[in-house]
Amino acid sequence: MSGVTRAEYCVVACAEAWRDGGEILASPMGLIPSLGARLAKRTFAPDLLLTDGEALLVGLDGTPEGWLPYRQHLTLVTSGRRHVMMGASQIDRYGNQNISCIGDWAQPKRQLLGVRGAPVNTLNNPTSYWVPRHSRRVFVEKVDMVCGVGYDRAAEHPGTARFHRIPCVVSDLGVFDFAGPDRTMRLASLHPGVTVGQVEEATGFDLAVPDEVPYTREPTAEELRLIREVIDPAGARGREVQG
Amino acid sequence: MSDKTMTAEEAVGRLESGMTLGIGGWGSRRKPMALVRALLRSEITDLTVVSYGGPDVGMLAAAGRIRKLVAAFATLDSIPLEPHYRAAREAGAFELTEVDEAMFMWGLHAAANRLPFLPVRAGIGSDVMRVNPGLRTVTSPYEDGETFVAMPALRLDAAFVHVNRADRLGNGQYLGPDPYFDDLFCEAADTAYVSCERVVDTAELTKEAPPQSLLIKRHVVTGVVEAPNGAHFTSCAPDYDRDEAFQKVYATTPWPEFAARYLGGDEQAYRSAVREGA
Repeated sequence: MSGVTRAEYCVVACAEAWRDGGEILASPMGLIPSLGARLAKRTFAPDLLLTDGEALLVGLDGTPEGWLPYRQHLTLVTSGRRHVMMGASQIDRYGNQNISCIGDWAQPKRQLLGVRGAPVNTLNNPTSYWVPRHSRRVFVEKVDMVCGVGYDRAAEHPGTARFHRIPCVVSDLGVFDFAGPDRTMRLASLHPGVTVGQVEEATGFDLAVPDEVPYTREPTAEELRLIREVIDPAGARGREVQG
Repeated sequence: MSDKTMTAEEAVGRLESGMTLGIGGWGSRRKPMALVRALLRSEITDLTVVSYGGPDVGMLAAAGRIRKLVAAFATLDSIPLEPHYRAAREAGAFELTEVDEAMFMWGLHAAANRLPFLPVRAGIGSDVMRVNPGLRTVTSPYEDGETFVAMPALRLDAAFVHVNRADRLGNGQYLGPDPYFDDLFCEAADTAYVSCERVVDTAELTKEAPPQSLLIKRHVVTGVVEAPNGAHFTSCAPDYDRDEAFQKVYATTPWPEFAARYLGGDEQAYRSAVREGA
């Protein structure tokens, strides 16, 4: 299909994270994951629960269908019936994620948000990541502060981490999973228009790249209509990801 | 039954330097800012602050009142990073106990239940364990034999929270969508000071809102402070939304300038200064 923008491929790739999720809460953080969650619910994952970003569970038209204040949200996390797509200021090949600070934790060069719920998320419910600008500053050899737990660290705690799962990382360049050697990050698909070389250039560690890399799937005509006319008619997606 | 109403100054007057102070709300939402402003007007310092951090943390950190902070984050919500908190952290201005949001909640639950700790499946595998070497783990005594973090109780000397309504006895009511953890903060504290938009008669509390909106019970409350607009500039739904314009002023004004302009006088002077700045 011609005329599909990079941002629209990203929306579709994020939506795919919630495919087959069943009746769970989709917790998208950031604009494009939010559009993706709504696209998923409107199409192939109608059972998803969505929030208004505050304390309510809402339908697609905003109709409240439940109450989910922070304390109950944390219970839902530990029950595992949620798939969150978080941001990452840094992420390494095993999926260790950092949103706390850059540099030495004791006196950081750049203080960021803090660990937030990344530690509890990653030990309890599937946690995916969204990176709107794929670069060597984000995809690093070693993160400065492990907030979200990666596969190497989860493997050291098989009992406690038995619910640990990082289904995917979506960036503006492609989709990544952890099917590389020793559960390291692997290029799962390229967004059309992106090359393997571009991804490798923007990644600060050795990425597993299969011989044949597929492209991120095309949106269907109906998905494209939903994105453009119903879910994001103002085109906010183009401000998060250009091109 | 005793009338617990007092002024913000009287509430702060009961605190001492070196105390552990829990502050309710979440990020830049329903923060007891009038109480925080009163605290900033006092000489109290050397605090251990326990908070789901917003501008309360930013202001107290900028003013050098925090010795140690227990938090999972500090944010202004619509402005993701709290600038004054950032500056203080980057200057190494105070000690930080950085824990996960759920660990924090279980620490409050433990304190409220007079337990030394509660087990939580969070923290293990993350650097929360590295930066908090004092954290211990606990093994399930049952067949699963799993290992969890033993989150220590976050017992507080005092708690500050802000709600929509309260009566003189200390029964506090929230009318917004989220209770946050304000009742837990009060239950985890030896003394709790509840500021509210309006003090009303007890019978008024349930006239237009259901009894389940009565979040805070009087037996855990030491003082009630009537503080209209007392969460400003954070939100206090449904009474008012966050004052985004003023929050921006807060976030972009160098701290000494902001403090001189807005925090030099009493609460009345603060309101006048906010009006003049608009």
